[in-house]
Amino acid sequence: MTAALLIDFGSTYTKLRAVDLDRPALLAAGQGPSTVTTDVTIGMKAALADLEHKLGKLPVFKYRLASSSAAGGLKMVTIGLVRELTAEAARQAALGAGAKLVGAFAYRLTPADEKHVVSLAPDIILLAGGTDGGNVDVIRHNAQRLAGLGLDCPVVLAGNRDVGEEIAGLLGARGKIVHLAENVMPNFGELNIDPARAAIRRVFIDRIVHAKGIDRAASSFDAVLMPTPAAVMEGARLLADGIGNRKGLGDLLVVDIGGATTDVHSVAHGNPVREGVIQHGLPEPRVKRTVEGDLGMRHNAATIVAAIGHTRIAQRSGVSDATIERILAAFTADVERLPESPEEIAFDEALAWAAVRIAVERHSGTAKTVQTAQGPVVVQIGKDLTALGTVIGTGGPLAHGATPATVLEAARADPAQPLSLRPAAPRLLVDGDYMLYAAGLLAAVEPDAALALALGSLRPVGTKRSHEQTYQAS
Amino acid sequence: MTLEPGDIVERAVGPAVGRTLVTGVIGADTHIVGNRILSLALEKAGFKVISLGALTPAEDFIKAAVETAADAILVSSLYGQGELDCRGFRDICVEAGLEGILLYVGGNLVVGKRSWEETERAYFVMGFDRAFPPGIRTPEVIRLLNKDFARRAIAGHRPGAVE
Ligand code: B12
Repeated sequence: MTAALLIDFGSTYTKLRAVDLDRPALLAAGQGPSTVTTDVTIGMKAALADLEHKLGKLPVFKYRLASSSAAGGLKMVTIGLVRELTAEAARQAALGAGAKLVGAFAYRLTPADEKHVVSLAPDIILLAGGTDGGNVDVIRHNAQRLAGLGLDCPVVLAGNRDVGEEIAGLLGARGKIVHLAENVMPNFGELNIDPARAAIRRVFIDRIVHAKGIDRAASSFDAVLMPTPAAVMEGARLLADGIGNRKGLGDLLVVDIGGATTDVHSVAHGNPVREGVIQHGLPEPRVKRTVEGDLGMRHNAATIVAAIGHTRIAQRSGVSDATIERILAAFTADVERLPESPEEIAFDEALAWAAVRIAVERHSGTAKTVQTAQGPVVVQIGKDLTALGTVIGTGGPLAHGATPATVLEAARADPAQPLSLRPAAPRLLVDGDYMLYAAGLLAAVEPDAALALALGSLRPVGTKRSHEQTYQAS
Repeated sequence: MTLEPGDIVERAVGPAVGRTLVTGVIGADTHIVGNRILSLALEKAGFKVISLGALTPAEDFIKAAVETAADAILVSSLYGQGELDCRGFRDICVEAGLEGILLYVGGNLVVGKRSWEETERAYFVMGFDRAFPPGIRTPEVIRLLNKDFARRAIAGHRPGAVE
């Protein structure tokens, strides 16, 4: 047997997946607390002990690969020129690299912006601005301002190439670590975020893993490859595209419901499906991640209730208003709390339903009708996901929740919102073993086994987990 | 190469060479043919053209010009609502830090029985440097671009700067 160990240093737990690469199959899952803020090795040891307990004896692992979202995740600040253009491209690059975006700035940094950037204490700053041959003044201004700030985080520079070296020199002269990457928007309207994404990932591996103290556990892993959201994204990409002769599932959407955020990943071009529709705005990255920082199941439970409406939650859960208030207070007081009473479970399910609904709505594009002299013209902004074939749910509430079917149903288009381009009739699958991150990590070394494992972990909603009933690509 | 008044040139010359121009059809206007012909001709002539196409809101011209440090914006309007769509165009440019950017407008600007002179004046008031009547040929547009960029080079103008 050839075994691999996939580790997620998360914000609450240290999660392990031991897999057999020959079959390929999941051997066992282990879990320990997240102890990055004190000593990461404690949580890792506990997780390994849990795994050993389940397996009897730990196998020899050919690979031990890790992702991390611990210690606040990869905190990033992005800076660009025009908000909808290079500033947006920079944001997309950071999100695609699996970062936790704590601030997105556009135009010239003001003194207030500078203070704000310092207070955000980012792990990496992504500085963009200007198309190649375009504006140089603003990125130069912003670099000069950054150079004078008391921040020692690395800067990934991905702006107008005309001043790349100049600005790298300017920042370097003031002791900043600079990584030069290709422009996130080399030509007007052309998105080029992969080079910046790769540069961010390199900085993450080379510096951030150490800065966050994760490398103290270096004896128990070979490498921390990427932030956990990036691993989930790689898993999603692999599932959609397949590898070599093994076909993937095609265009898909992954909803990852967490305690602090709800993430949505889509792997789809999202070009207009209907004829005559005109696309506006920046081209969309085919592999796109959005993060809803106000839709975390625990940290923002009250925000979710407010966003979807108290009445709606009460209706769906069948829980009275007073009880909702009481449960909200309990969840807010203890963000690690799992639902216990039937009322709490019903409320939690309604909360997850709302988080999925709002997060997928924000991720999907919109169609709007513009009246012209000739008649109406439909303008699309963002991705058209109406024809998308598959929606996959992952994350705690879906893995442990009572009825993932009801929760995931919320990703589907609602006839009451005809302008929202959400998937109309996708099949709904659940990543029951929380294997997506593991598959994303494993894809770097054993993509075939990674795909088989990811597919094996999927089950249609409404069915019980069973290893005979794994999901296959058609 | 020196320019003589009245010269018909099909290429950008002198200070005009390699200048960045933003083109597009403003508002809810779908007449794309003339704009596309114009954009292709300008690109062939040696300009860098950022072509935004049909149905372009005024704000998008300006955003594109800021990011690309464009030297001029050429607005097309064919469907008869140009004056409405172009209202305040220069003001938005100034707001975005594009004070001195060269602004042209053309297409089918005359509506109803109004004279060309009157129409042209209306666009001057909106801050356009030049307005063009229907039937304008592209060499003429290139000639005027050469002339305007040459004049600005002498005056030490830097149109694309965001101050
Ligand atoms: C083809 C056409 C259409 C097609 C457009 C197809 C398309 N997607 O491009 C269709 C059928 C869709 C159409 C629709 C309409 N049309 Co129409 N259309 C025409 C037509 C016949 C030709 C336009 C054309 O392509 N010309 C050829 C190109 C090469 O010339 P050009 O556009 O003028 O561009 C040249 C120059 O003007 C210059 N130029 C252009 N822009 C600029 C900008 C600058 C800065 C510079 C320097 C130069 C420049 O360079 C170009 C190259 O030489 C004209 C009449 C005409 N003969 O001009 C009417 C015309 C433009 N249409 C007109 C109207 C009213 C409409 C409709 C409102 C009709 C309706 N009620 O439904 C709709 C509006 C649709 C919309 N929302 O935009 C009117 C506009 C009246 C006005 N301005 O007061 C016109 C003039 C017809 C008329 N005489 O009544 N139309």
